[in-house]
Amino acid sequence: MSAAANTISPQLTFQHGIHPEEFKELSNLKPIERMAFVPEYRLPLSQHIGAPSLPVVKVGENVKRGQKIADPGGYVSVALHSPVDGTIKDIGIYTHPNGRELPAIIITTDAYSSQEFVGMESVDPYSLSKSEFIQKIQDSGLVGLGGAAFPAHVKFNIQEDKKCKYLMINGCECEPFLTADDRLMIEFGEELIEGIKILNHFIGAEKVYIAVEVNKPKAIMNLRNLASDNIEVVCLKVKYPQGAEKMMTSAILGKEIPAGGLPLDLGVLVSNVGTLVALAQYFRNGIPLIERVVTVTGTTMNRPSNVMVPVGTPMESLVKWCGGFTSDTTRILLGGPMMGMVQKRLDVPVVKGTSGILALSSEQVKELNEYSCIRCGRCLDACPIYLNPSHLGLLAKKGLWEEMEENHVMDCFECGSCSFVCPSAIPLVQSFRVAKGFIKQAKKRDV
Amino acid sequence: MSSKTLNISTSPHIIANVSTDTIMLNVVYALLPVAGFAVYSFGINALLVILTTTISAVGTEHYLCKLSKKESTVGDWSAVISGLLLGLTLPPTFPLWMAFFGGVIAIALGKFIFGGLGYNVFNPALVGRAVLQAAFPVAMTTWYPAMALDRFSSISTSVLSTPFMQPTVDVVSGATPLSAFKFDNIIADSSDMALGLISGSTGETCAVLILLGGIYLIIRKMMNWRIPVAILGTVIVLSGILYLVDPQIYPSPVFMLFSGGLMLGAIFMATDMVASPITPLGVVVYGAIIGILVVVIRIWGGLPEGVMYAILLANAISPHIDNMIRLRVYGTSKQTKHD
Repeated sequence: MSAAANTISPQLTFQHGIHPEEFKELSNLKPIERMAFVPEYRLPLSQHIGAPSLPVVKVGENVKRGQKIADPGGYVSVALHSPVDGTIKDIGIYTHPNGRELPAIIITTDAYSSQEFVGMESVDPYSLSKSEFIQKIQDSGLVGLGGAAFPAHVKFNIQEDKKCKYLMINGCECEPFLTADDRLMIEFGEELIEGIKILNHFIGAEKVYIAVEVNKPKAIMNLRNLASDNIEVVCLKVKYPQGAEKMMTSAILGKEIPAGGLPLDLGVLVSNVGTLVALAQYFRNGIPLIERVVTVTGTTMNRPSNVMVPVGTPMESLVKWCGGFTSDTTRILLGGPMMGMVQKRLDVPVVKGTSGILALSSEQVKELNEYSCIRCGRCLDACPIYLNPSHLGLLAKKGLWEEMEENHVMDCFECGSCSFVCPSAIPLVQSFRVAKGFIKQAKKRDV
Repeated sequence: MSSKTLNISTSPHIIANVSTDTIMLNVVYALLPVAGFAVYSFGINALLVILTTTISAVGTEHYLCKLSKKESTVGDWSAVISGLLLGLTLPPTFPLWMAFFGGVIAIALGKFIFGGLGYNVFNPALVGRAVLQAAFPVAMTTWYPAMALDRFSSISTSVLSTPFMQPTVDVVSGATPLSAFKFDNIIADSSDMALGLISGSTGETCAVLILLGGIYLIIRKMMNWRIPVAILGTVIVLSGILYLVDPQIYPSPVFMLFSGGLMLGAIFMATDMVASPITPLGVVVYGAIIGILVVVIRIWGGLPEGVMYAILLANAISPHIDNMIRLRVYGTSKQTKHD
């Protein structure tokens, strides 16, 4: 390894974007810990994008840790497994972290079990055909762990007419506060590299990039020591939204993903580091996706931590495990502060897409007076896809959805940079979300 | 823990620390040294003029808000800026009642009638000044020399003249460098002009302090640097070409740069965010138009000074400049229409 490879430069990046205060220091030195088992787990059947899973167990049935409790409900759907040895208590309608009332399986933990994982045998992935591999991934319940929870097997199942030239592993973690991926890259580097090699055996990319923002020097060093062959660790500038597919592709390849297109149009496949660690663990130990790393943090969280949490753990228990939050907490978020979802109540479970639980005080969640747009142009300088949010905001106020569509509002991926920089506190991205909803609805009607 | 009420809203949940009133307040900070020098150089008369326009602008804003049963918007500091800027563009011994009238016009006709902050088509201070220029041409061109010895001890009688009476002109005439050039072809010393040791409107004389104020705002990212750069660059290039053609007839670029209200206009007036374009290319076009108009009016027009009209004209077309600019959206090759 040459001396140059040990420096964290050059720093690649994209145009525009913002740099909010990072707050990573709250938890980035905290090793991933395991949480004690709790008496009850709640597993929603929709923890992924696509059709809900179909239960294969009955109430009263005993299940083992890692045992399948629900089958995929279609092609764009994955299996679901029990995170504990226990008994099925109920299959019914419960509150999902997204706020809706949706079907879920409730499992009572067996208090006397050692919770040792017995599960399936490990599989040699290199002996599988591509379709067997895809089937295995679907059976393992694997989804994209970056937050969107898109079934991994669908993404990995590249159509014959498309070719993946570049595999990009997203370790940017550009959202402030979150450190789960950082810790994974430090502590599970070998698994990550193994996961990459397995995946690339089937998709055959010429080049693999692991993209990491330079505020994670330990992760960069660790992965550089482990990376071999065509795997390269690239350093990206600390800038939000660096981890968006479009921005990462621009930063690394200097090419833009066509509007309305997919990264694959440029031969790019993007996957999150957590997804690949989980993939490696599945093939190595036969552990399906029954747990994930969650960053529990925030300035009002008593003990910010990175915790390996069984899927289905009540958030209340997890927060309590981390010492709870102080009384001046005004908002609890799932995910980061830029794109995370606000949480009204904590009696909902951690699901496969939960990357973080964040407690913010009123100091951070400022309620500012909304002024009229003073055309300062900050939003134009922030928008990573070069829209004119100021203009779109005015159109949104008048409800001119069609004009907004002509002005490319559908290309907006809702990173929130415009709202972040707006000195007049105009809810720009919030109104674009509404507009996109109306435009999609109108399209459905027309069809 | 779960019984506690947590508030909800959609992302993003954090916001940058710069708000509109912070930006406006910083513009006020940047203007204070300019105003301070105006008082130092022109004395108590200038102080009275600047205070009068500021008070009348803020008062008008407050009163009009009350009248339309809205919450007062005085707290956003924008009326203070308009009042200060108007005061800084008036002659030092300008009658106070006229200055007061100018402040009312600036806010009422320049801003409020369009819908308040964010909706004004023109820079409000310049609207006020344009009306004063049309209504009181004599008072607007009656100059007072800088650094007069009695500037802190006596108040000019014209300053305190009664409304609607012809003010007695008692000042020792101190022609501005621009009018001296225009009508007598005398060129002032450029270092005097940079440091503000010349006659002129209260706040336009000290180019150095104006520049420093602009640099402060640019560093704090509260001013679009492209606007002053485009204006001043255009003026330098155009007047430079003319100067090279015939230095006997045309003034040097240095003279053009430091005389009259160009510096104040380019840095504090043309940069009114609301009345200027928003696209990066748009502001450059806008600045270039102002630069061209300034040179044309100053050299070939009937007036010695053209900054005010140049900016007002450019304000009027700035929405159209933005309409003609096409932004290229990520992942598209064509420039798309923005209108």
